[in-house]
Amino acid sequence: MKLLTHNMLTSKFMKGVVKGYPLGIVASEVKEVAVDYNPDFVCRMIPKLEWGSLCSAADSIGKLGDLPKELPENIESNQDFLKKVHHLLMEVEVISGNLICPETGRKFPINNGIPNMLLNEDEV
Amino acid sequence: MIPTPKLSHLTSEDYNDVYEPAEDTFLLMDALEADIELIKKLRPSLCLEVGSGSGAVITFLANVLGNSALYLCTDVNMRAAFTSLKTGLANSVDVQPVLTDLVSCLESRLQEKVDILLFNPPYVVTPSDEVGGRGIEASWAGGTNGREVTDRLLPLIGKLLSRTGLFYLVIIKENIQDEIEEEMRRQGLHMAVVLSRRSGPEQLRVLRFSRASDPVPVH
Ligand SMILES: C[S@@+](CC[C@H](N)C(=O)[O-])C[C@H]1O[C@@H](n2cnc3c(N)ncnc32)[C@H](O)[C@@H]1O
Repeated sequence: MKLLTHNMLTSKFMKGVVKGYPLGIVASEVKEVAVDYNPDFVCRMIPKLEWGSLCSAADSIGKLGDLPKELPENIESNQDFLKKVHHLLMEVEVISGNLICPETGRKFPINNGIPNMLLNEDEV
Repeated sequence: MIPTPKLSHLTSEDYNDVYEPAEDTFLLMDALEADIELIKKLRPSLCLEVGSGSGAVITFLANVLGNSALYLCTDVNMRAAFTSLKTGLANSVDVQPVLTDLVSCLESRLQEKVDILLFNPPYVVTPSDEVGGRGIEASWAGGTNGREVTDRLLPLIGKLLSRTGLFYLVIIKENIQDEIEEEMRRQGLHMAVVLSRRSGPEQLRVLRFSRASDPVPVH
């Protein structure tokens, strides 16, 4: 699971959960992979992101580095920044661990890099 | 012609648990190929396949569009999600599978963000009590009119699609196309039939839905 994917996941579908976002990450295995850098893609993805959630996700797996907590202006021309965001979104993969619902504490396991957001029968 | 993805990493053992690409799968790929100029023109950055099974279709799309988009896919079948991941890797594209019912865990974050949405659903008419499993039977069991799973996704489409987003849906004749069109019209979505094909007893179709009545098709 890339951090870009994590940015899109919520537990709002659970009964009684209001926002279910962002999901906490407790990673037991994190991998870095090389992915071709596409600045245009990064620029177009940034407006679709919840920036604060990306920062806290990166922080929780020790990859925050010097990423600014606030989204800077004029990002299109800021290659240095875009490369960092590319790395975080596309190259950092959580292979195993848990995603955690911020409201109920329900753990959703990640195995083989795939988050399991399915509920058990007694939960639906 | 766009080549179909490499699937030689999959074995007959995989196909005991995961839907093996069949006529419906290939018809959906053919529909995407027929629409490819249109799709490229819309410059999609977020693509989502619901019920990706082997991952053949989302991988096909990722092969064509390259690294200019995020390719998310969902399934309820654990082995299918893993197979989708492997199919992406075997074809050197990044596919991001998530185990979830339809789009449950993505729905609230993807409002008006999905550029290309794909669903080749379990569409076979079966007794209702066969619907809702998480094994191979979830590949085909569609319950009444073969629509029980599809009908849970349709009401969400209007909210998920981006302004120029496109939704591709595979159906068979028994699914009652007119009723689907009506439900989508209520959400302000226009329908077009991209391809039809007969395969044994199945009369397959790929439908495309968009906000604009004419999403500037070029084929
Ligand atoms: C007809 S198969 C299509 C598989 C693949 N997309 C293809 O075209 O070959 C339907 C797929 O939908 C999945 N599925 C069934 N019910 C689902 C649900 N509620 N949410 C997500 N996926 C589901 C099945 O596990 C299966 O992989």
